[in-house]
Amino acid sequence: MSVKPASRLRGKDLVGIDPLTAGEIQLILDTAEQMREIAERPIKKVPALRGKTVVNLFMEASTRTRFSFEVAEKRLSADSLNFAASASSVSKGETLLDTALNLEAMQPDFIVLRHQYAGAPHQLARILKSSVVNAGDGAHEHPTQALLDALTIRLKRGTLEGQVVTIVGDLQHSRVVRSNVLLLSRMGAEVRVAGPPSLIPPGMEAMGCRVFHHVEEAIAGADVVMMLRIQLERQGRMNFPTVREYYDFFALTPERLKLARKDCLVMHPGPMNRGVEIDSRVADGPHSVILEQVTNGVAVRMAVLYLLAGGHGEPASD
Amino acid sequence: MSRLLIKHGRVVDPSQRIDAGLNVLVVDGKVARLAERIEDRDAEVLDATGLVVAPGFIDPHVHLREPGFEYKETIASGAAAAVAGGFAAVCCMPNTRPANDNAAVTEFIRSRAADTGLARVYPVGAVSKNLEGGELAEMGEMARAGAVAFSDDGKPVHNGYLMRRALEYARLFDAPVIDHCEDPTLVAGGVMHEGAVSTRLGLRGIPAVSEEVAVARDVALAQLTGGSLHVAHISTRGGLERVREAKGSGAAVTCEATPHHLALTDEAVADSSYDTDTKMSPPLRSAEHVEALIRGVLDGTVDCFATDHAPHHADEKALEFDLAPFGVVGLETAVPVTYDLMVRRHKLPLRLFVALWSTNAARLLRLPGGTLKVGSPADITLLDLDARATVNPDRFRSLSRNTPFAGQRLRGWPAATVVGGRVVWKRDRK
Repeated sequence: MSVKPASRLRGKDLVGIDPLTAGEIQLILDTAEQMREIAERPIKKVPALRGKTVVNLFMEASTRTRFSFEVAEKRLSADSLNFAASASSVSKGETLLDTALNLEAMQPDFIVLRHQYAGAPHQLARILKSSVVNAGDGAHEHPTQALLDALTIRLKRGTLEGQVVTIVGDLQHSRVVRSNVLLLSRMGAEVRVAGPPSLIPPGMEAMGCRVFHHVEEAIAGADVVMMLRIQLERQGRMNFPTVREYYDFFALTPERLKLARKDCLVMHPGPMNRGVEIDSRVADGPHSVILEQVTNGVAVRMAVLYLLAGGHGEPASD
Repeated sequence: MSRLLIKHGRVVDPSQRIDAGLNVLVVDGKVARLAERIEDRDAEVLDATGLVVAPGFIDPHVHLREPGFEYKETIASGAAAAVAGGFAAVCCMPNTRPANDNAAVTEFIRSRAADTGLARVYPVGAVSKNLEGGELAEMGEMARAGAVAFSDDGKPVHNGYLMRRALEYARLFDAPVIDHCEDPTLVAGGVMHEGAVSTRLGLRGIPAVSEEVAVARDVALAQLTGGSLHVAHISTRGGLERVREAKGSGAAVTCEATPHHLALTDEAVADSSYDTDTKMSPPLRSAEHVEALIRGVLDGTVDCFATDHAPHHADEKALEFDLAPFGVVGLETAVPVTYDLMVRRHKLPLRLFVALWSTNAARLLRLPGGTLKVGSPADITLLDLDARATVNPDRFRSLSRNTPFAGQRLRGWPAATVVGGRVVWKRDRK
């Protein structure tokens, strides 16, 4: 059974994977595959979003995601504006709501929001006329990351259906795992998650995955192993003892990778902590598709912006 | 001599086991007579045809925010909201600025309330100085000035030694200690109930056991000291179980439940897409806890309802879910929310409904109301059980609008409120 793509996206926003149907996910991935081709051209630009304005509102530090969105916007000929601020300064200054209303008064078409608190894009989407694209909200969702991960798997494997995907790391604080579990399970993959029991939130199974404590069991026979960044800055000292012990029990080493399928893909959303959650021999080894993920990120973000702007099918070449 | 005659109503008074069509004559602020027929040409007549006449409702847990946070609520606006919600009396928590941790603040609150002349306002004094959980506040002076109970509400009394001494010392005034039962080290910065919904929403969870372990400690201390413990806004199955056991052991332990914890689950946070009017402490719980709480009301483990009316300014609530303050208003929605849910849906007998909003709170806080016995203060709540209306926060008397019930159509609204024999509020009949 392959999922039939939707003809268009229903909502004005992309706040998460959760509100998307399988058909909408399929549409975004199909469109992203076409967008990839644009990057192969000598002139990497199409006029699809000419005259459209995108505000990249990044209330939390991010290099990779912001750059990726910017590249996507430029390749579609949109005008990008970057607004970087720290949400922690909120007590001194303007609230998120006021910031967003002020930006909206300049009539942008899109607001791409990265925020340290869960639900911020949902709160803005309720009141703004512009399309809100979630570029990561707290420990909630990071939909374009999951879409680019899915595109990477699909390009390598031809399908998501039936793929055994194992995600390992700090499940409690990860937005990447939430979006990935929702997306992959919706598209027919078998999703396994693993991590220290002290970093597994209750009720993860209900999102569409099996939960493992021992990474070896979770990796056995996997088609894809995705390692999550251990966010040292978000950890107290009570969630797990030390980075050294984490490596011992959970890191993806060449030995552990042998438990997976021979042609297993190794993924990481970045930025990597080499020698913490992933051994460099694996990160740089033949199974790794980590840099292809980055390439696909641009295509996926182009597809999302293009579809939210009302586009469908193939973007006009010129 | 002022005289008020409430005619043709159905009097429901659990304190006298009355449920009958009776007239009520009030003379000089006190109940003078209950009878099937009373004629009194000099009395002002309040026609209660089709209405229930009950002892004045008491809300044992509100935050009136004055002194210090008058932009959220004042004693006057809170008292106006109370009577418009059918409440003749409220008990206000001490987390004001300055905190109600000394007799001067207690007296200030009492005199402000008297000037307002609407609902009776009974101050709850602080357990600890400035609610800091360090030293005992001057409970005796506050009791003398009119404090009816002691609490550091908003915060738990985290220090076990202090809680022990508070329970012991409060025996001197026969006053309960009301605890916001939560272990802050287990709350650990959480903003909603911990469970499948918090996991899905990526919000930090507050585990149910954070309440249960605190209730268990307090119950043990109540048993040790012989003091009266009242557990505020109980929200978990485990917490309720500890209270049930304590009652079985004969300890002086009581608890209250709020309308929002009974009527809503943690799914409301998801359904409203992170609306901060679904954020309160303790948080909305999952269905299993809500079901246990409803059973606790039906079987009498829950002694009384309480709103935990917690006004916040719209600007404070218009923030990210993590940053917005905890709390919702409740005075002007509590009666229809609980009536619709508990009496209509769950078949709670009307006399128990009245007891949960009136008689029981009066008993456990040793207040003069909660009864229509001849000679008692004429605090009376009239209810129109058939009235249907939609919750419209724009019409609240409260200065704040932070309700999770906006837009809900509910049945069973207050019709009038009488305090000390004066009709202080009457519902507009449309």
